[in-house]
Amino acid sequence: METALFTRIDPTTWRLEPSGAMRVPVVIYADQGLIESMDDKAIAQATNVATLPGIVRGSYVMPDGHWGYGFPIGGVAAFDPDHGGIVSAGGVGFDISCGVRTMLTGLKVAEILPKQKQLADSLLRQIPAGVGGTGTITLDAIDMDAMLAGGAQWAVERGWGEEADLERIEEEGRMAGARPECVSDRAKERQREEMGTLGSGNHYLEVQAVAEIFDPVVAEIFGIAKDNVVVTIHCGSRGLGHQIGSEFLKEMVVTAAENGIVLPDRELACAPINSEVGQRYLGAMRAATNCALANREILGHYARRVFAHFFPHSELRVLFDVSHNTCKVETHLVEGKQRKLFVHRKGATRAFGPGHESLPAALRPVGQPVLIGGSMGTGSYILVGDARSEAQAFSSACHGAGRALSRHAALKQWSGRKIVDDLAAQGILIRSPSTRGVAEEAPGAYKDVGAVVAAAERAGLARRVARLRPLICVKG
Amino acid sequence: MQAFGAAPAGCRRSSEFTGGGRWEHFAHDADIGVRGWGSTPAEAFEQAAKALTAVVTDANVLPRSEVSVSCSAPDLELLFVEWLNAIIYEMAVRRMLFGQFMVQIEQGRLKGTLLGEPVDVPRHAPAAEPKGATYTALEVTRGSDGLWSAACVVDV
Repeated sequence: METALFTRIDPTTWRLEPSGAMRVPVVIYADQGLIESMDDKAIAQATNVATLPGIVRGSYVMPDGHWGYGFPIGGVAAFDPDHGGIVSAGGVGFDISCGVRTMLTGLKVAEILPKQKQLADSLLRQIPAGVGGTGTITLDAIDMDAMLAGGAQWAVERGWGEEADLERIEEEGRMAGARPECVSDRAKERQREEMGTLGSGNHYLEVQAVAEIFDPVVAEIFGIAKDNVVVTIHCGSRGLGHQIGSEFLKEMVVTAAENGIVLPDRELACAPINSEVGQRYLGAMRAATNCALANREILGHYARRVFAHFFPHSELRVLFDVSHNTCKVETHLVEGKQRKLFVHRKGATRAFGPGHESLPAALRPVGQPVLIGGSMGTGSYILVGDARSEAQAFSSACHGAGRALSRHAALKQWSGRKIVDDLAAQGILIRSPSTRGVAEEAPGAYKDVGAVVAAAERAGLARRVARLRPLICVKG
Repeated sequence: MQAFGAAPAGCRRSSEFTGGGRWEHFAHDADIGVRGWGSTPAEAFEQAAKALTAVVTDANVLPRSEVSVSCSAPDLELLFVEWLNAIIYEMAVRRMLFGQFMVQIEQGRLKGTLLGEPVDVPRHAPAAEPKGATYTALEVTRGSDGLWSAACVVDV
């Protein structure tokens, strides 16, 4: 992307002043290399977001920003309901509450290695993944509504998880304000047999080694040390969230004009927060959030079961579970005043700094774990929320590496079989029902996650705590 | 959308001709675009549906059973997204893939027939699961050659 239009505020902050219909500036957090590699279309999308009614302070783009739908992926925007603010189905995305959870195993890499292959094969068998991967849970109408209202708390009550997990999940495992009655029958039908399934695309379950510690003090409080083994799960609200996203996108496009909203891009479909459609979407979106929280809790339970078979004394404890496709009501300090805002994070992670009241007592002194998924070959990062991020981007950080090449281009360049073999030679076991799916997710198709998190740290969005290296990756 | 270059540049399979129609995939940063061409909007919709199935599998999909869908929208472009979303829904709840499509469009209302079979993981080796059709790069248009094209990005 051409940076000439931007004012460089500091090495990692770029600002595009409002012009035309923009109500606020676009602010991009990235180093020179990352911003130059950003697609012009992502910047155009951030500019469009800046025109939406009720937007507060800025349209933000995280260091992993790229071309998305309506909102850029890596986009953050907050809206004030008292100033005509909107809620956007496109601003949350199709995979509502897609997110990451990391669980500590208490095991060392040396304990895993002798059983690595059997563990990988067993995880592939026990974790339903990919198209046609069927779960073992079928929900009837009563269970469905209970799940949509109860989230991970529901899963724990049903025996798929442990009570102690809940305080380490956003919203303590249950998103308040969910309205299962706002979720269509078609969305519920799509989810009936999908609980406890991983999905496909960039979703995965990984067994990872802690390869490097950046902040020993925070790492100790998080309970991680070099050569520890952790399990990380990346997935979301499955078919239910996708169906809700599709249905409300259409409804919001059709009703935008009657709500007096001019859409620069139909994918930015939105409705006033204080409107019937807006409220109905929020109720359905929060129900989908509970679906995602329940789903990751169940998958975590399955991972526990597999680990218990190989390592009877292992105990998988949740470090944290955080979503990166969300709209959350939060209180933020804006020009000296506390304001209740609807913060959209589309491919961006909430990153509360030290002292935030929503954090459990053990984490409150240091801040929230911010879980960043990388590619299957290069690794992932655990960051911690930085107090400065409140002023920078409403306490938000990046969510992953971001793609450098399209799936299309990746398929031309790599063979799935060769990637599996090459990674195996590096000690990384890939298990997937589809070699083409592996090629589409080739490590080389992603940007350098190390550069993304380094830029996030320099920009004051979140600080690095640990780098994780994959040992096993189960992909859908 | 012209920004992606004139077809067939960037096509994964520019030579998929069926009954006078054809389809392609086009690149999106995170996901994938589908485009179908035909002598009518209905035919372009049918071809784009083939591109949607090819997002999931390269394997042949046998026409073992038939599913009917219908949808409506205020304009052709929104109707195209509804059509793809109707297929995605049937793929998800029936755990099926579809390889042949028949579309009729009358006054903003679409009636479609999908022919396919249950997902066979070893044979189909499904690569990705479409989550939803999007309004990104959405365009249903008639070119100067008289051919209709229907395109949008699909979230996978």
